[in-house]
Amino acid sequence: MRHFRNTLLGIGLAAIAIVGFGCSGAPIGDSNGSSGDGSGNIGLQGSGASFPKPIYEKWVNEYQKINPKIRIDYQSTGSGAGQKAILSRTVDFGASDDPMKDEDLAKADSDLIHIPTVLGAVVMTYNLEGVDKPLNLTAETIAGIYLGEIKKWNDAKLKADNPDVNLPDAEITPVYRADSSGTTAVFTDYLAKTVPAFKDKIGASKQPNWAKGVGIGAPRNDGVMGQVKQTPNTIGYVEIAFAKANNLPTALIKNKAGKFVEASIENVSAAAAGTASEMPEDMRLKITNADGDSAYPISSYTYILVYKEQKDAVKGKALADFLWWAVHDGSKYANDLHYAPLPEEVVKKVEAKIGMITADGKPLHQGSEK
Amino acid sequence: MAKTGTLGDKIFRSILVVFAATIILIVAAMIVMMVWNSLPSISRFGLGFLTGRSWQPASDIYGALPFIYGTIVSSLIALVIAVPISLGIAIFLVEQAPKSVASPIAFMVELLAAIPSVVYGLWGIFVLAPFIRNYLGVFLQDYFGWLPFFQGRLTGIGMLTGGVIMAIMVTPIITAVVRDVLEVVPTTQREAALALGATKWETTLIVLKNASSGIAGAVVLGLGRALGETMAVTMVIGNAPQISPSLFEPAYTIASVLAANFAEATDKLYLSALIEMGLVLFLVTFVVNAFAKVLVMGVARGTNAAKQT
Repeated sequence: MRHFRNTLLGIGLAAIAIVGFGCSGAPIGDSNGSSGDGSGNIGLQGSGASFPKPIYEKWVNEYQKINPKIRIDYQSTGSGAGQKAILSRTVDFGASDDPMKDEDLAKADSDLIHIPTVLGAVVMTYNLEGVDKPLNLTAETIAGIYLGEIKKWNDAKLKADNPDVNLPDAEITPVYRADSSGTTAVFTDYLAKTVPAFKDKIGASKQPNWAKGVGIGAPRNDGVMGQVKQTPNTIGYVEIAFAKANNLPTALIKNKAGKFVEASIENVSAAAAGTASEMPEDMRLKITNADGDSAYPISSYTYILVYKEQKDAVKGKALADFLWWAVHDGSKYANDLHYAPLPEEVVKKVEAKIGMITADGKPLHQGSEK
Repeated sequence: MAKTGTLGDKIFRSILVVFAATIILIVAAMIVMMVWNSLPSISRFGLGFLTGRSWQPASDIYGALPFIYGTIVSSLIALVIAVPISLGIAIFLVEQAPKSVASPIAFMVELLAAIPSVVYGLWGIFVLAPFIRNYLGVFLQDYFGWLPFFQGRLTGIGMLTGGVIMAIMVTPIITAVVRDVLEVVPTTQREAALALGATKWETTLIVLKNASSGIAGAVVLGLGRALGETMAVTMVIGNAPQISPSLFEPAYTIASVLAANFAEATDKLYLSALIEMGLVLFLVTFVVNAFAKVLVMGVARGTNAAKQT
């Protein structure tokens, strides 16, 4: 008996030693291996934002019809995970709704490029019995609800913006994302930009410090939608593609020009067009609260992240070709899937960016193929 | 036959030792991994991690208390509801029901145990939450509203809903184990009790007393399931890290916060805090199990003493 116990103890200690040693080792996973499987097929791995998943899948499908030798695998793991994956080089491209922060970019061992692919928006959806006209909301009222300052649907501020709507005397329950999310980043960026109290108390981030005792959290877009759909007197924010596909009621939001605008693809495009000239060299641009009469104020770009210098010329070329195709021929699929295509001006800048992708210092994509 | 002899036995024994060792290896590996990866968080927050009430990833403030509270309270609600029901079902199946009734009910209980957690969660959102919002919650507020547990806004999403859904999930487990335990209590004991003129009720009490350590074990198994339950609870508990006496208010459990945030925790300290949270869940489960073991031992000693007198 004693002999056994000692043996087991010994094995346990050995395990601890082995695992302890493993902990100090190098990160696992490295995709810089072979680029093909011998038959000439090229495999590309990508992961990140869940919001553009439907259009990325469509692109991959369509692109494969034209180029059967290229296999692209996109996994929607979330924006943060996409940034992490490209930083650790476990994928060939990452995807994120939120442009990377300077401090995260600094962690990359070589230059990372942001390629905007399409635009989306965050919409406010709600569950109010007997209200079939779209609500009018402003940054102040939305912030007030999430701060817990506007507690009831028949609050004077809400009534003032919605004179024709019979708002009930019921407590508002705001719903927010319980996970870290690019959607939350866009939503809070807009409110922090426009409402100082929101900036001070909650702030803009992928997972901010929500006001205590206000509202409920739910994971992912479908979680928020589920709670809003099932719980009376709730309000929540979800991606526009999600709301459109599920026929959710969406509020009109007052934009910078003072107009209440609908969350539509056209109005998101208007926000992009109004800010296209501000697009910086590194393409990291937030377009919440944009100028323009019809600009929808909670709009955003979504990005693909690639290394400027590709370690594998064959894979790098395939990736550059795919990106080029996506922002040109691929843009025609955007509308049907409730995304806004890039404005012409931005496409020009993206072309220049794709031209900067190199392997061994040589560019992998030579300008226009049209 | 003779060929296998001592060598065969030795090989057989070594194989068994290897199997037994895997368990130790896995547990050891998990503890070491978790402690190692939570070091940044442990060194930064120390014991304050366990008592901190604030969870703010954006400002790198991590306190686990709301999650520990949510995990324990929701599990307790589950047990308070599930244990009497499970005992009732098991006693009925073993002591009262004719076979023609017992087998379909037993089958249904087992079926309940096989339903995936996410299905419970959906059912929770679509059926249970509206039921609590429109009926149960209103009833509790009307008659017991003076208690702090039943005050505040009634959305149908919160601690109570999480606890009730867990109760439904652990009921089949507790029932199945208690049924097996009751079945192994010798029939002679029941016959002896009945022969001495005991009623069915008194006989059942005697059977329960003799099976008490097994019943306690069943409850611990159920509690283990409740503590670690993730998906269904995440969908109905409201996921807000707060400590509120009201059972209608949203809460958060350790398993839920891990499930919702693990993939997106890119910051090193954040990841470390989440892993430490996993470690805390591990410890909570360990302490609860140890406590239950002591309880079972105490009960077992009690029954032995009873037998001797």
